[in-house]
Amino acid sequence: MLELTKPMVRTLSRLGQCAAFGLALTALGEENKQVVALTADLGGHAALNKFKEQFPERFFNFGIAEQNMIGAAAGFAKEGFIPFASTFGTFASMRVADQIRVNMGYNGAGIKLVGLTSGICAGVLGPTHICIEDMTVMRSIPNITVVSPADGAATVKAVYAAAKSDAPIYLRLTGAMNNPIVYSGDFDFEIGKAITLKEGEDVALIATGSMVYNSIKAAEILEEKGISASVIDMHTVKPLDRSAIDKVMGSKLIVTLEEHSVNGGLGEAVAHELAGRKNSPQQLMIGIEDFYPHANEYDVLMEECGLTSEKAAEKIAGKLS
Amino acid sequence: MNDISKIENAAVQIRKNIIKMTYNTGRKGAHVGGALSLAEIMAVLYTGVMKYDKDNMSDPLRDRLILSKGHSSMALYAALEQAGLLTDEELLTFMEKDTRLTAHPSLNPGIGIDFATGSLGMGLSQGVGTGLALRLKGNNTSRIFVIVGDGECDEGSVWEAAMSAANYKLENIVCLVDKNGFQYDGDTREVMDKGDMAAKWRAFGWDVREADGHNIEELLAALDNLGNGRPTAVICNTVKGKGVSFMEASGKDWHKGTLNEKQYEAAMAEQV
Repeated sequence: MLELTKPMVRTLSRLGQCAAFGLALTALGEENKQVVALTADLGGHAALNKFKEQFPERFFNFGIAEQNMIGAAAGFAKEGFIPFASTFGTFASMRVADQIRVNMGYNGAGIKLVGLTSGICAGVLGPTHICIEDMTVMRSIPNITVVSPADGAATVKAVYAAAKSDAPIYLRLTGAMNNPIVYSGDFDFEIGKAITLKEGEDVALIATGSMVYNSIKAAEILEEKGISASVIDMHTVKPLDRSAIDKVMGSKLIVTLEEHSVNGGLGEAVAHELAGRKNSPQQLMIGIEDFYPHANEYDVLMEECGLTSEKAAEKIAGKLS
Repeated sequence: MNDISKIENAAVQIRKNIIKMTYNTGRKGAHVGGALSLAEIMAVLYTGVMKYDKDNMSDPLRDRLILSKGHSSMALYAALEQAGLLTDEELLTFMEKDTRLTAHPSLNPGIGIDFATGSLGMGLSQGVGTGLALRLKGNNTSRIFVIVGDGECDEGSVWEAAMSAANYKLENIVCLVDKNGFQYDGDTREVMDKGDMAAKWRAFGWDVREADGHNIEELLAALDNLGNGRPTAVICNTVKGKGVSFMEASGKDWHKGTLNEKQYEAAMAEQV
């Protein structure tokens, strides 16, 4: 187990979620010989060089050929291995959507598909690398679990948890390098079980991925305005933790926060859950509205998309007033 | 009965069952042309070449088969009947209500259908992953036979997989190309001309053999001496609708088709 000491957590934060994934998989590869790493010419981006060095026989580069990587991952899973296949989120989800639905969805192959640099952190890398629709695609496919960790430490925990599960899993990695720290040490992480980070009365902030930290900060801003907010890390977007929703049914407002399109992501998953309940609180969905932002620095995009803690707090306060 | 005549007999039975299944679907129709082009290939694989125990299809040392051109499932089901994995009664449930035998194969590991196929261009990738996994497990016994169509070779993913199988020197993979010359919209040369199929696989680094896909001896020879440090491709020159003269005469009309009673009787009368 990659030990989540304070210096390690700082390192993971500095390197960001993609590298945290690579470090975690390398440590896991040492303990579990069934783990194989598959990449489509982005091994370096996912910090898999160490894995490749230590376990060359379990590292497979498929070149820039994602369709083949997914099919091959299905073969590995069928033969009892635990394949972690990674590439940029947009390619991991949409370029190969049919391979995913057949192999991971219908055939149920226990592939751990890792979407690197998802959300808008690709920034000036350009619009083709920005990924705001992957959770929608993945949520729509039966059998697939969708996990989006909040920070580097959570990424490590998610990788270990994914390896223990037989399920096909999509692991969505968000945030840039110098990822802010949500979890400063080891903590309990279970796929499908949300984590309440802060209790509050008036409003419940349910966030996933990079937006968990921003939600904590938004809650602080709201406190200053006399609004008491709870914060929930909904790291597993599918299946949704319904008991976490139970706990916030008394709030005046439920807010969902995601660095993702508002169409089909966490917000709609929560809305789907609330729609079937009596006397549900109103919901505010904070995410990327139905548009493509012009590629720009990550900070600028977060501002433009209304995803900074300040913007989020402002929207929430406005809704409550 | 020697091996060849045993396989020939299996091919006849497979062909008869394909015709029966097609007739039985009534007006629904079935992908009969590309199933008939596989009759000898399937017979050779299931009754001649492949090693498996029908009572233990989860044996890790068994040979695997992936029918990537899933629409030709009737040929697979008919071969599984020859293998003793399906009964002839069950064959007649093909495409019926509540059947296990769907037009494109559903997952059924118990009878060796390890992957649902039909979305073209995926089978060889699944084979590549299986081949790499078996090698990693130290299994040098099992071979993976993947059947693709020549029309299917339009799919770029076939070539992604071909590239990787050669790159990883997967000598446990055999890809059989059912080159029957027709795809959904017609003659493959008109829809999308793939040129010299054998040369293409050779250029991708495969050990390429060619065979008359309806000649048992040629197929057996092409499937002999496998695994010389490279994956093997067998270009099987076949005829769409093989064995039924009115289908052979117009292959493009028999990608999917229905049989009326008269046609059914005429088709069956030709099977000896």
